[in-house]
Amino acid sequence: MNILAIESSGLTAGIAVFKDETMVAEVDVNYKKTHSQTLVPIMDEVTKMIELDLTTLDAIAVSKGPGSYTGLRIGSATAKGMGLALNIPIIEVPTLNAMAYNFVGTDSLVCPMMDAKRTEVFTGLFDFDNEKENVILESTALPVNEIVEKINSLGRKVILLGDGAVNYKEILEAGLKVPFMFAPANRMMQSAGSVGELGRFLFKEGKSVNARDHVPEYLKVSQAERERNEAMEKTGGN
Amino acid sequence: MSDKLILAIESSCDETAAAVVKNGREVLSNIISSQIDLHTLYGGVVPEIASRKHIEKINQVIEEALKTASVTLKDIDAIAVTYGPGLVGALLVGVSAAKAISFATKIPLVGVHHIEGHISANYIENKELEPPFICLVASGGHSHLVKVLDYGKYEILGRTRDDAAGEAFDKVARAIGLGYPGGPKIDKVSKEGNPDAIQFPRAKVEGSVYDFSFSGLKSAVLNYLNGCEMKHIEYDQKDVAASFQKAVVDVLVEHSMTALEESGLKKFAIAGGVASNSALRAAMEKACAERQVEFYRPSPILCTDNAAMIGAAGYYEFINGNISGYDLNAIPNLKLGER
Repeated sequence: MNILAIESSGLTAGIAVFKDETMVAEVDVNYKKTHSQTLVPIMDEVTKMIELDLTTLDAIAVSKGPGSYTGLRIGSATAKGMGLALNIPIIEVPTLNAMAYNFVGTDSLVCPMMDAKRTEVFTGLFDFDNEKENVILESTALPVNEIVEKINSLGRKVILLGDGAVNYKEILEAGLKVPFMFAPANRMMQSAGSVGELGRFLFKEGKSVNARDHVPEYLKVSQAERERNEAMEKTGGN
Repeated sequence: MSDKLILAIESSCDETAAAVVKNGREVLSNIISSQIDLHTLYGGVVPEIASRKHIEKINQVIEEALKTASVTLKDIDAIAVTYGPGLVGALLVGVSAAKAISFATKIPLVGVHHIEGHISANYIENKELEPPFICLVASGGHSHLVKVLDYGKYEILGRTRDDAAGEAFDKVARAIGLGYPGGPKIDKVSKEGNPDAIQFPRAKVEGSVYDFSFSGLKSAVLNYLNGCEMKHIEYDQKDVAASFQKAVVDVLVEHSMTALEESGLKKFAIAGGVASNSALRAAMEKACAERQVEFYRPSPILCTDNAAMIGAAGYYEFINGNISGYDLNAIPNLKLGER
């Protein structure tokens, strides 16, 4: 079973390739260039280096969100194009679940956070029974303070990661009343390897979709829709 | 030379489109998934909503384009995709999908300029049309007067300094209660209005005989409407629409004819969404006939954003050897003639 994994939901542009039980390649780039310019060139480099015959791929795993809307769409459109061309399905891997998977096996609570701007984060809470990931709090958008309260209420040691953890470090340090640890640099951000590894489990469980049907998980409606809905509610109430 | 099949993808604004085009001139399929009903709710195109819709539809339109053309990716010689100008988030969907298909199949990738696509729409139904010629491109986002020197070679003679022609139609339509999209609605009601009822200004741009300015005209219409309101006079929607439309058409015709006379060229084409305006088509036809100029205009379906036109333009870029790399990016303000 061969899987190519794509991560472009946030700052990381990443590609990983799994052949059966082996991760044969992983590249994660955290650099200012846009994903549109880096993602397919990385894929080209990686697949050449490992002499991968693309027609042997069984599925494309993609980090499906939440995250940067544009970043998600670059990853999704790339995955959809690959799926269409190679006639293979897409494994939709929830981004935060994949981030938490950076710490598979830990006894601690894991809290990935992506900066959603204006002191809000896309976040969730996870823990593990060995390699099995449990979802304590489903992916959601919350003010940083609220996720801090949530963590405090659980009373367990927590590992914090993601650009939200980096950008709101001071708020987290001031608010957390449980033991906490910021992830080391090599596990701080999204990684294509985690997307692929979690994707492998989902694929074995039969969880994949036709490339045609895949869309990112934004978690939020667009601003225009939100404003329109609010305006309609107001006039509806009068 | 053997036949070349181009798979073309267009997602620069609010249409998700794919097409298969043979040798730049023959359309084997032209699939368009329009989002217009969705954006009508907001009175105009909402970029984030457009981008979300593109990602939903992109594979479906590509698959349908291949199926309708009775071909598979194995038959395709190049993949052409619009990479600008347009809404960056919208463009990125088509560009990313095209790059991935190109990468997975090793079919060459060709980035195409959206305006070049509009111009090339004229090649599809006019097999005899070849450069050089003058082309007016007028749409919701663009107003360009272009000298087409050769395939892929352009000299921009004039462009709008402010609003695009189609944008002016949308804004005036909104002001007189016609709603979005303005172009077809103004075209329709103008047929029952008097185009000489109100004298709106025909703006000149100082220092350039070819550049356009439509914001002054739009303001003149708004001022007229305000004046009516102040004096408690009911304005005639049809007359306002017809008089406004005539002011736009007069300017577009005049500049185009000046370009033809200065260049000495005897071929003229129109393109873009506004090119399907019936008053513009009629006025251009008449002006060209008076000057013994051959007049070309695409069918309305090829005036609107579509991928067949990208396939036509992409074919000429492809045979000229303009192949794009996997680092092709969406460029929202891409200039015509630049790569």
